[in-house]
Amino acid sequence: MYPKQKVVAMLLAGGQGKRLGILTEKLAKPAIPYGGKYRIIDFPLSNCVNSGIETVGVLTQYQPLVLNEYLGNGQPWDLDLMDGGLQILSPYQKSGGGDWYKGTANAIYQNIHYIERYNPEHVLIISGDHIYKMDYSKMIAFHEKNNADCTIAVINVPLDQAKRFGILNTHKDGLIYEFDEKPQKPKSTKASMGIYVFKWDKLKSYLIEDENIKDSSNDFGKDIMPRILSQGAKMYAYKFGGYWKDVGTIQSFWESNLDLLNPNTGINLNDKNWNIYSHSPNMPPHYISSQSKIENCIVAEGCSIHGNIKNSIIFPGVCVEKYSEICNSIIMPGAKIKSNCIIDYSIVCENTVINENSKIGTKLAVKHCNKNSKNKHNITVIDQNSIIKNDCDLSFAKEDKGNMDVTKAI
Amino acid sequence: MRGKNLIGIIFSSIGEKSLGALTQSRTMGSVPFAGKYKLIDFPLSNMSNSGINRVGVIVKNNYKSLMDHLGSGKPWNLSRINDGLFVLPPHINGSDTPTNRIDMLYSIKDFIVESKENYVLLCDCNLICNINYNDVLKSHIEKNADITIICRKENKFLENTPESTVLCMDKTYRVKNILIDSPCNKSSQDSYVSLDMMIFNKNLLIDIINVCKSHGYTNFKRDVIQNSVNTMKIYGYEINSFTYKISSLLEYFNSNMSLINENIKRELFNSQNPIYTKTYNNIPAKYTENCKVKNSLISNGCIIDGEVTGSILFEGVHVGKNSCISNSIVMSGTRIGYNCQLSYTIVDEDTVINMGRKFMGFKSYPVYISKSKII
Repeated sequence: MYPKQKVVAMLLAGGQGKRLGILTEKLAKPAIPYGGKYRIIDFPLSNCVNSGIETVGVLTQYQPLVLNEYLGNGQPWDLDLMDGGLQILSPYQKSGGGDWYKGTANAIYQNIHYIERYNPEHVLIISGDHIYKMDYSKMIAFHEKNNADCTIAVINVPLDQAKRFGILNTHKDGLIYEFDEKPQKPKSTKASMGIYVFKWDKLKSYLIEDENIKDSSNDFGKDIMPRILSQGAKMYAYKFGGYWKDVGTIQSFWESNLDLLNPNTGINLNDKNWNIYSHSPNMPPHYISSQSKIENCIVAEGCSIHGNIKNSIIFPGVCVEKYSEICNSIIMPGAKIKSNCIIDYSIVCENTVINENSKIGTKLAVKHCNKNSKNKHNITVIDQNSIIKNDCDLSFAKEDKGNMDVTKAI
Repeated sequence: MRGKNLIGIIFSSIGEKSLGALTQSRTMGSVPFAGKYKLIDFPLSNMSNSGINRVGVIVKNNYKSLMDHLGSGKPWNLSRINDGLFVLPPHINGSDTPTNRIDMLYSIKDFIVESKENYVLLCDCNLICNINYNDVLKSHIEKNADITIICRKENKFLENTPESTVLCMDKTYRVKNILIDSPCNKSSQDSYVSLDMMIFNKNLLIDIINVCKSHGYTNFKRDVIQNSVNTMKIYGYEINSFTYKISSLLEYFNSNMSLINENIKRELFNSQNPIYTKTYNNIPAKYTENCKVKNSLISNGCIIDGEVTGSILFEGVHVGKNSCISNSIVMSGTRIGYNCQLSYTIVDEDTVINMGRKFMGFKSYPVYISKSKII
């Protein structure tokens, strides 16, 4: 017997995140490094723990090795509990054959038995795609107060961007009367954040019903939500008003990292009342040499910095040698930047070595800096575990998949 | 490979008098070191990396912060189903609080007797090193020794160590004589200094403890080691890697500062034999546009808006605008306001240094500011 849990959270972490290109070629999107020591999944997990939700099922499917290793038994988030805690839920073989998770709803459907163990009142459905700090317990209280069947978290987006989102049209009290998936003429600016709270008994019946519809794509946003609304389910929108960033593209991933360097963007990770938990690597403090110059940066442990860095995020164990310059870039764990390199508007992935006198992303950035508004840069991405040869000029490259002057490490 | 035929015993309090105010609120083992570590991390990590599964930490008093740090022993892979980390508080056998090594060992005799391993390693917390004890054990067994004492050739650090124990050995490293509290003899070619890490045969150690207790011996080095030079096979084992024995506040300061040298840092913190510690959930260090940082070690959680040169900042230190920190050690959680100046200063944990304060020590005499003060 498992003790009853009021809320069970289901974290959808199986997506590929195709728009992130080579960042997610070997890595599930929730496992992408962020902010100098975190991975994206730290945010929903820490939000759960800080909201008092201690039973979290993490649904994994795409490239799960790094993600599973990172999650482990949930200890960094205090989710290594006797009952409940963190549970990795991967697709599995059944007596009548096995299936991959076909859509978000199908993934939950295949794990109904996991949720049933805890006999919860509500199920919270979240994803590992966004950077935000949110108290889910307030949303659940709102859900309970309204006696809602389903509550969807929404955030105000600028009207001109509203057509990129699923827009919810609501009455004043938040009761939803219409869905507009990527509308041409949005009637409101309330965009769905992909965070749902359901009454468990209701959700279960929705899922079983959806599974029996042959042509359903088994997706919450596309299938379940419109159908249950038309069936008269009581659905509310819960307004969220903090920092929230979808890191679905390389551009937005880069922006949200650099937002950490700007005190006015509203994301503060040094908030003792809302800690973001993560693995802390076992490395000594980082070293800043006499020749280096550091300006507006985040630098993690185990680094050895001899060059100049500006407006950049440096992850653990990075080495930057003499006379190298790094600007507006993200350097992921274990990367080595040899001497005399110039790196601008770039993302250098894990354990990549960039040899002497290389130029990465510079011209591209300068060209775009002059022409476009300051928010639009093309970002160069260097794949993980690659070796960039001496004197390599990648100043125009956008994505390096290891085919230009690059020798791949095996 | 785990599960060696060796257990470890760490004396967490020995040497704490030499550090004065630094050990007022903590025991030697929990003295902060090198930006994020505590002194006990070195013997514990070395033991863990050498595959030792059973480690006893002898505590005396003031060990609250040490207990916080050790927890279940998980950071050192010593939270285990069989054996693992044991904190051995005083009064196990109902005796008075033990003050010397012999009494301490006597009070935890059961811990030694109950272990299935045949060899016992004794260590203190005042030695900074990265060493593999397997090699020492191998030499101990090969030489069929009763006691093996780890030592190093004398070097420049010795000038300031008043209490060195010098081993006089023959070519096979057999110890022929031991000089205790000896002023180091520079002219002698063969003087090796004991690092106070020793491997004993378990049954021999138990006998020694019993004999000492019944004779009322209290000085481990004199009554046990020195007296047995002719009757027991005592061997030295020389190590050449970086070691630093801390026996004064100045040495504490210098040993920290020596890690700003990247070669020494790399030797001590190599990824093959990592030094483990309890980690805290801090953000990575943040540097503002105004900061100027040179030749320093900076830990997670620091927010730096001022100037830092030749210094070590522990976790979560804030340095305000126009403040200038040079050649100093600032321990975790300390907040330094605007326009402050620190030079050759050791600031203990959670202290607040308000706007405009100035502290100047000197290279040979660093100023110490104690814990949780508001200045």
